[in-house]
Amino acid sequence: MNKKEILKKSLSVFYLVLVLLFLYLPIILVIVYSFSNNSNFTFSKGFTLDGYRAIFAPANRNDLFRALKNTFVLAIIASVVSTILGSIAAIGINQLKPKTKMVVDGVNQMPVINSETVMAVSFMLFFAAFKFPQGWTRLILGHITFCTPYVILSVLPRLASMDNQIYEAALDLGASPIKALFKVVLPYILPGIISGFAMAFTISIDDFIITQFNKGSSGIDTLSTYLYSSLKGQDGMKPYWFPVSSIIIMLVITVVLIVNARKVIVESKKKKAKAVELKR
Amino acid sequence: MDIKAEKIDSEGKNKNIIYKRKTKMEKNIEIKKDNIFKKGVDKIKNIKLNRKVFAYPYILFMLLFIVIPLVMIIAYAFISDKTSSFTFENFAILAKDNVSLRVLWQSLLIGILTTLSCFVIGYPVAYVTSKMKSGGIIIIFFLLPMWVNFLLRTLALKELFNALNLSLGFGSLLVGMIYNHLPFMILPIHTSLISIDKSYSEAAKDLGASGFLAFIKVILPLTLPGIISGIIMVFIPTISSFAISEMLGGGEILLFGDSIHLKTLHNQSGVASVMSLIMLILVLISNVFISKVNKTSNSASLL
Repeated sequence: MNKKEILKKSLSVFYLVLVLLFLYLPIILVIVYSFSNNSNFTFSKGFTLDGYRAIFAPANRNDLFRALKNTFVLAIIASVVSTILGSIAAIGINQLKPKTKMVVDGVNQMPVINSETVMAVSFMLFFAAFKFPQGWTRLILGHITFCTPYVILSVLPRLASMDNQIYEAALDLGASPIKALFKVVLPYILPGIISGFAMAFTISIDDFIITQFNKGSSGIDTLSTYLYSSLKGQDGMKPYWFPVSSIIIMLVITVVLIVNARKVIVESKKKKAKAVELKR
Repeated sequence: MDIKAEKIDSEGKNKNIIYKRKTKMEKNIEIKKDNIFKKGVDKIKNIKLNRKVFAYPYILFMLLFIVIPLVMIIAYAFISDKTSSFTFENFAILAKDNVSLRVLWQSLLIGILTTLSCFVIGYPVAYVTSKMKSGGIIIIFFLLPMWVNFLLRTLALKELFNALNLSLGFGSLLVGMIYNHLPFMILPIHTSLISIDKSYSEAAKDLGASGFLAFIKVILPLTLPGIISGIIMVFIPTISSFAISEMLGGGEILLFGDSIHLKTLHNQSGVASVMSLIMLILVLISNVFISKVNKTSNSASLL
């Protein structure tokens, strides 16, 4: 390696570090603040867990924990329903005639490509015009509509890569269509279904805009809408938001890293297996 | 000789005719067999076709919860909030409203600047990581913030501005938008970069192009689909986002999304629908554009 290449490489590494710093500095700041229980670096109270204790203070616990519960109840209902609805739909969509399939695919992609704000407004107008009961009904229906396309989009590629003859062979060997679906098709598309479920779950948990537009005056708050109203409120930041944010951030980072680490390990194992095969 | 030859010839013809007749009969039998076979195949096919039925409940669901709500936006844009009759007044209200026009202008400005900055910052990141051996792992750290809720990230950034004693305004909002949307630009460009065959740029260099020229003439055009989907994934959410500008704009700047949110809160669903309709048209145009670019680039790569 000559000097020019070394310079090039160190410059590009420096650039990557700079962008990473931009992305992570605010996050690191919040985590530091969560231990100083103060929005500055002075650590006037020293290293303290007061912020974390404030989460469990009886005065805060009700609102915060209700929001947490709502977030998870909504996410679980929405992701389970949309996974079932989406997986069944994907099996059907895969068999449609090309032209019909194109139209169905196009409409299905609408919530994905559309601006979230526009989707939220359209739900709001629709629910109000047809007098859907306020609160959970609207939120759950909105979240299901928003999550199902992601399930379908992650199941369809698995179905497309599946050889139709496997299913036909099962029928020829005497399986009923339902049995063939459960014993042959379902195991094959299961990875797609699982990743679709994971995607639906995270999208529902992460959602702010759909919930904010459609919660109305029901008083149902998820974590994100609760944070939003707490930030807008007159009393300003509550002491527990830095600790809560830090916990969520650390949780998310850990989960994403674990999922990706598994992927990397599986891929490197595959590569090794291939290398061994080639050597033989 | 001639007669003999003719005789043999005609004999041959006769034989041929007999042979032809035979084959015809055999074919008839075969066709009959085919029909029986076809019916069987059709039966199997019918069972197979039944799987289509699984799509019908969801098609109904989509009609109810995706298509009708979007049609509602179009309908409400032409319905007066007061008299609930057909009208163009919502468009007129928007066109006359100076605040709304400023919102439109500011949204476009912030949207364009954010998209441009994300491209300028994000492309080198995607490029460098696509060339690295462990780039597949490093890129994860650039995409990780995507999974953290944007309100939390915006709150964190606001604290950073406070810590640095920077006042909130146009600049801080722009930085906030870039901060929030940068991963959405890096991801599609990185994906299209790693799918490029290395031999393309090697061939360009072998043919005498300098590294820079090879990049401009070969790599950049090949990543066009990634760039365009990156632009759309940044631009549309930026101008239609709300809450970010409330938190980082210092109360001066309203974006399209904020304005729609406020209008719905103040029961001006007509004007909010007109603004949503504008967004919707923008989304549809950009998607027609993206599918066209993808088609041409696909046919180009086939050549």
